[in-house]
Amino acid sequence: MSSRMFVALCLAPLLIVAAAFFVLPLARLVVVGASGPDGAAAYLAILTEPRYRESLVATVILAVATTVATLITATIVGLFVQRHDFPGRSVLVALLTFPLALPGVVVGFMIILLAGRQGLIGEVARALTGQRLVFAYAAGGLFLGYLYFSIPRVILTIMASVEKLDPQVEEAARALGAGAWAVHRDVILPALVPAFIASGAICFATAMGAFGTAFTLATRTDVLPMVIYTEFTLNANFAMAAALSVGLGIVTWAALAVSRSAAGTSVAAAG
Amino acid sequence: MTANGKGVSLRLENCAKTYPGGIQVLSPMTLEIARGETVVLLGPSGCGKTTTLRIIAGLIQPDHGGRVLFDGVDVTSVPIEKRNVGMVFQSYALFPNMTVAGNIGYGLKIRHVPKAERRKRVDAMMQLVGIDTLHDRRVDQLSGGQRQRVALARAVACQPRVLLLDEPLTALDASLRDRLRTDLNQLFRSLGITTIYVTHDQGEAMALGDRIVVMTKGTIAQVGTPDEIYFRPANRFVAEFIGAANILEGPLQSEVMLLPGGQLHIDGGRTGDTAVAMVRPEAIGIVSPDGASWTGRIQTKIFLGDRLRLTVAEAATSAIVVDASNRLVVQVGDRVGLTVPNGSVRLLTS
Repeated sequence: MSSRMFVALCLAPLLIVAAAFFVLPLARLVVVGASGPDGAAAYLAILTEPRYRESLVATVILAVATTVATLITATIVGLFVQRHDFPGRSVLVALLTFPLALPGVVVGFMIILLAGRQGLIGEVARALTGQRLVFAYAAGGLFLGYLYFSIPRVILTIMASVEKLDPQVEEAARALGAGAWAVHRDVILPALVPAFIASGAICFATAMGAFGTAFTLATRTDVLPMVIYTEFTLNANFAMAAALSVGLGIVTWAALAVSRSAAGTSVAAAG
Repeated sequence: MTANGKGVSLRLENCAKTYPGGIQVLSPMTLEIARGETVVLLGPSGCGKTTTLRIIAGLIQPDHGGRVLFDGVDVTSVPIEKRNVGMVFQSYALFPNMTVAGNIGYGLKIRHVPKAERRKRVDAMMQLVGIDTLHDRRVDQLSGGQRQRVALARAVACQPRVLLLDEPLTALDASLRDRLRTDLNQLFRSLGITTIYVTHDQGEAMALGDRIVVMTKGTIAQVGTPDEIYFRPANRFVAEFIGAANILEGPLQSEVMLLPGGQLHIDGGRTGDTAVAMVRPEAIGIVSPDGASWTGRIQTKIFLGDRLRLTVAEAATSAIVVDASNRLVVQVGDRVGLTVPNGSVRLLTS
């Protein structure tokens, strides 16, 4: 057998799987998106139809806010946990990564228990101010839920990058007169930028496509995955659902592509 | 910043370092370093030289009771960012997110030196270390030698009170190391800053140090000028660590050491039990065995270009090494006489 043939045989399973489960469904999705009464204009409707546009904007804003808040929180915690040894450190790390084990629906349920109509925060607020505070079902609840499952994804990447920092570079900055703030601003944070880009992109993609948590919580706000679900199941508008799916995919893919070229390394797409 | 830019005098007083778990990496040491002096801390890895440097820098604290004084002022509890020391690391430790000029000017920026003044100082520093064309280069576009020059310029740009270098040439290849060593020597002389240089390379130590502090197992084995250390090592460790050394052991009678191959005159020798002495390979001369008081048989002969390296058996309890003239005609197996000029043999404490 020639080596060329051997390579082709080895690649065949991959090509078959890719064609069957990725290329063909995606192509079909694009075709279906243009098969409605409006044809290819359905794609335009994502931007022209207020309901779709607003949900796209809301989803992007939510995903960006989640990414920024996650990066800030995970960086502070990751730096602290990686740099300090204290009793219970490994328990804390296990706790911080625990949400990885929970499906989105459970995360949504936990947010309801925390900030829902019967939630803990509502009860405390009522006891203190006489007014019940409920934000689980609006953007605030979604944000909190997304934050909860995003932090573990980012924190592990940040901790790994912090561990790899050259301590001598920080010592060099200190020798030149830089205090703790300056060392963080000028040395540590710039060195962590590739980690921010890589983990931020995954965080953004996950938040854009999150469904379980949105399904549990998004009763007062529309995010794109929920709109797709509604069009598909309740309105049986397959064409619009497909067009929105392609639109969601393009925005997320574009974010990953930009971050990949900025980081110069491969950034995995999140599920 | 000092007015004359010549740095400070330095005193380590009783500085020891014990890590949690009771491991003492540095025994209490006291060391005086004069203003403007270049002192090399030399020793094998794990001897405590880097620990000493880091104590001077303020990166680690000595054990209780130890003090670091700059110009007589106790700076033991002053953190490194307030000590105004310049530091050069083995890994260069350049800031990868800044250009060459950004790296060199960083200390000045932290000190809020105005931009124009900063630019002038950075340019002067770049000229000083010979990298004046690299102003806007990124750090990852530089060769190892250029990176080390940037690290050096960055360390001296703020006119530090003490310049500390931790194995700065170790990561470079041999020929570049030789060239940079010469450049460093000139730089230290022209700057006149008090400089502490850590290395395990005796060639570097000899070339750069006004004085060398030889260290082993967390203690100082000897402090002296390069020629003192080389010709008058304080003990067997220093003798064997610096250069090549023949260690001779034998009973001493008056000023004569009795060896398997004859007798060797030793100045200041006293009658006693077995003594240990050292003689350098280049101090031993090869003569005719007839009438010689110390003889041996040539075991191996290696031509090194500038000299002939011989090992001579039967002269002492173990084979000795002799560096002879590259024109000497001898054969393996020849019996030869050995001579050593007065004052070239040194008695050692073991």
